[in-house]
Order: sequence, then structure tokens, then C-alpha cells
Amino acid sequence: MSHAATVSDKRPSTLRGASLPKWSPWAIAAGSIVAAVGIGLGAGLDSRVQWGLIAGLLFVFGTYGIAAKVEGRRQAKDRVATSLVWVAFVLAVVPLVSLLWTTIARGVKVLDVYFLTHSMGVVADSEPGGGIYHAIIGSLEQVGLATLIGAPIGILTAIYLVEYGRGGLAKAVTFFVDVMTGIPSIVAGLFILSLMLMFDMQPFGFAGSLALAILMMPVVVRSTEEMLKLVPNELREASLALGVPKWRTILKVVVPTSIGGIITGVMLSIARIAGETAPVLLLVFGNPFINNNPFEGAQASLPLYIYQQYSQSAGSTAAYDRAWAASLTLIAFVMILNMVARGIARWKAPKTGR
Amino acid sequence: MSKRIDVSGLTAYYGSHKAIEDISMTVEPRSVTAFIGPSGCGKSTFLRTLNRMHEVTSGGRVEGKVLLDDEDLYGTGVDPVSVRREIGMVFQRPNPFPTMSIFDNVAAGLRLNGSYKKSALSDVVEKSLKGANLWNEVKDRLNKPGSGLSGGQQQRLCIARAIAVEPKVLLMDEPCSALDPISTLAIEDLIGELKERFTIVIVTHNMQQAARVSDRTAFFNLAAVGQPGKLIEIDDTERIFSNPSVQATEDYISGRFG
Repeated sequence: MSHAATVSDKRPSTLRGASLPKWSPWAIAAGSIVAAVGIGLGAGLDSRVQWGLIAGLLFVFGTYGIAAKVEGRRQAKDRVATSLVWVAFVLAVVPLVSLLWTTIARGVKVLDVYFLTHSMGVVADSEPGGGIYHAIIGSLEQVGLATLIGAPIGILTAIYLVEYGRGGLAKAVTFFVDVMTGIPSIVAGLFILSLMLMFDMQPFGFAGSLALAILMMPVVVRSTEEMLKLVPNELREASLALGVPKWRTILKVVVPTSIGGIITGVMLSIARIAGETAPVLLLVFGNPFINNNPFEGAQASLPLYIYQQYSQSAGSTAAYDRAWAASLTLIAFVMILNMVARGIARWKAPKTGR
Repeated sequence: MSKRIDVSGLTAYYGSHKAIEDISMTVEPRSVTAFIGPSGCGKSTFLRTLNRMHEVTSGGRVEGKVLLDDEDLYGTGVDPVSVRREIGMVFQRPNPFPTMSIFDNVAAGLRLNGSYKKSALSDVVEKSLKGANLWNEVKDRLNKPGSGLSGGQQQRLCIARAIAVEPKVLLMDEPCSALDPISTLAIEDLIGELKERFTIVIVTHNMQQAARVSDRTAFFNLAAVGQPGKLIEIDDTERIFSNPSVQATEDYISGRFG
């Protein structure tokens, strides 16, 4: 057997060509990084971004040159496409990782239980100490109320559009949802502010919730619509053919089938509004003291707290540290929400196990 | 508890497109009636008009009469939901509810209609699964998801789900076209048993299947693409397959056309 194999290997094969070893992309990447550092030092470039770009270019061209020499032009093009994808991936990930790293590195300095459980009530913005308890309370209440308003309206609108919507009204609703998707957050804030001025009201948390609900609704409608459209028509027909009324079909078959995706969409929209600053600035105003009542008096919120610590502290390091710690808290909050959404989506997904 | 269906002068539309034209026939109780004919001739559309599923499609509407034991399904004030409780349906592709277990799938019709006794539920499920010849295969895993079954088992699960609500008539839209020969045989045997209790109407592309399972066969055809489909003839299956009265039927059955 082995004899026959060696004989056949000696014949020129049209199916097999020379190929680079598996580790070659890594080697080329390492080589281009070394070369880029060399060029950067030699030419006196002090921006690391320039070094990175040079490394990326060297990697793409080097891959092409080496592969073209060894493997041929077609394989070289294939490798260039692959390396372009990798370069794009690295370009996208580097800022993300760097942002996360900076936030964590600067945020952990003052982030402790004291920070999470105390307000800025008696601490001047330029002094160390204080915390974000009041901002967390404000954010939770405002975002929670916004979700209570926005999510049901959004989900019901999507159900109407997918299951019932025909003709003019549905088209109008779709159009307005599209328009709402494009509303800048400050405009939503101004809209509620104009109502507040009409009734001569002072800033309070719930006004912010209303603006956030306006921002949240179109996102929920869009994502829920897509999820409902994914439910196969056959399931609706199967249920209708059993003599189940349409509303029960929607409630018991269509929505449960897509509930994972719907909840994910709602969670993502919550994550989106949790970081909104502009409407909160206009409508909730900010408050260094703890205010547990969203329906009366100014409140704080995490994004607003970050903004105010930066803008009103006249360059005090303590305030900057607090702003970073609050940013870290906000990112953690959004990430926990996303993870919960994923968990629910997996838990509620249609089961396929045997 | 099966009922007879009398169709007279039935025409169905999708929007402005006329899909089937002027169909009249009688479906006898406790029998199997097969619909055969080339693709696009309106067999499935006609089947769906029989339990008012046709109008679920947007733009679907119907003219003419369908009498279920002298009661017009399209009469004024008739609730399509109660029509569908009387006339069940099994679809081409097995479509168990993916969020539900095997048990819940069979119980779905009763539960979603809200008219059941909790204590009787497991009896109904067992009876329906036995009726669909699936009980022995699934009795140990009733709480597992229905989508984990094989295609043939899923289709029998759908049949069990359909018969659990005790319809009078069972419509089957090419129930075996997605199944292998062994599962097909299982379903055909099942049809033979079910016709003792239900009136069965089955659409099939497989003429041997029509010949094997049905008592009467209806042949549908259309003059040309875009033209509405028509009922060419309906007769005892034996006669249709041995000595049909219309030449087109003989051509179709003997494979000279279509």
C-alpha cells in the first residue's frame, strides 16, 4: 500500500499545489508588526495609530506577495480577502477593547460599596468622596417607567402591524414609526419640555421617562415586528385550523414562539435609552440629593451624573474619577441587561432537543 | 360522528385572480375522498375553502355554497372559528407548535379553545395519540418537545392534534408529500382507521396513494396557466382508475399528460 502511494505521489498532480504552512498568517502578522514598529521608530512617527495602520497594510500586501509567489494568484487573492476581514475585525475590536480597558482602569479607583450607596448630597463636586446612589435610583426609576410605557405600546403596535394591519392605517403607523426612529433624543426631550412649560411644571423624573419612552417605542416596534414575521405562517394556520380564535392564536402560539426575540429587543432598547443624556438633562435636571419619587422634584441619572461631574467640577481629579466610575457602572448595567436578554432568549427559544 | 359535505357552485378568488371556478360535489360521511390533479389546479385552494381557511390568506374570498349536513358554512352569521372546530385540517408540512411538548401539542386544541375538563385532558391526549398510532412511540416522553420527533412522527402528532378536538371532518393537504415511504404507509393505514370515525378529504399528488386509500376520487384540471381550476369529474375510485368517463382524466392517470 505504502509503495503504491509513493508511486502515485511522484506523478505530477493537477489537484495538489504548493501551499503555505498553517502558521504562515501568524508569521506574516508578527513580521509585519515588527516591520511596522521598525519603520515607525526609524521614521520617528509617534502615533501608535500610524504604526497599526502600517502593520495592517504590510500584513495585507505581504500576504498577497508571499502567497502569490508560493501558491499562485488565485490562492493569493483568497488569502488577501481573508486577511482584509481580519484587519477589519482588529480595527473594529481595538477601539472597543481600549474603551473598555480605559473605563475599567479609571473607573475601579473609586468604585466600591460606599460609592454605590451614597449620594453627592453634602459633597462639593470638586471634593473627593460622595457616590452615585441617587443617580442609580434615578436611572432605574426613569428607565423602568419608560419601559413600562414604551414596551407594551411598542409590542402591541408590532402585533397590530404584523397580524392585523392592512391598508391605510397600517401604512400610516409604519411611516410614523420610521419617522420616530429618526427622532434625535434632544427633540423628544424638547417635545415633553414644551408640554411641561404649557402646564407650568418643574422638572421631575417621570417627564424624563416619557421622553425615553418616545425614544424606546420605535425600536421595540421594529424588533418585535421582525420577530413576529419570523414565526412561520404554518403555525398560525395550524392553530386556526384547530378552531382557535385569532386573538388566542396570537397570544398562545405566535407570541410564545417569538417571545425570546421580543424580550431581547426590549432589553436592547432599554440599553439604548439607559445611556440617553439630553432629554434627562432637559426634563429631570439633575439633583445631588437622593430623590426616590420620580413624580415630584428633580432627580439624577447615571448619564447625566457623568456629564455633570465632567462639566461642573472645574477639572477636579476626584470628579473625573467619579465620572469614570459611574461610566463603568452604566456599562456594567447595560451589559448585565444584555446578558439577561440572551439568557431569556436561550431559555425561551423553541426547543429542538429529543 | 362524521358529516356529509355538499358543495354547489363554489368559486374562489385570491384578490382579483379566480383560482377555482364553479365546483359542485358531494363528500359522503365515513368515507375517504381524494383530490388529484396537476399542480396549480386548485385542489388545495378548494380544500381550504371547505373549512374557511381560504379566507385567512389575504385577498381570499369565496362565492357559492358549502353545506355541512344542510348548514351553509358561508351563511350569514356563521363564525369561521366554529366551522374550523367542526372541520379539522392536516397540512403538507408537519407543523407542531415548537414551544410546546408532545402532550401540550395534542392538548393545544382543547386548551386554546378553553373548553375542557382538566381531569379529562390526559385521557383525550392518550386517546388521540393512540388514534394516530403514535402512543407507543412517545408515551415515555410526552413532556419532550414535539419538534424533536422524526418527520413522520411529527405528521402523526399533527393528526393527533387535529383529531383531539373531535372534528366531524378531517381535511388533509398532501399529508405524506414530505415523508418517506414507511411513514407514508403508517399514515395511509391510519387514514383507513380514521375513516370509521371521520369524513376524510385528502389532496395528493401520488395517484397510487389515491387509489390505495380513497373510496371516491375527484380529478381537477385547469385549461391553461392563469385560468381557474375546475372539477373535471368525481366518481368511485375504482371507476376513475379503471374506466373514467372523461378523456382528460384517463390521460392524466395514465401519465400521458401533466
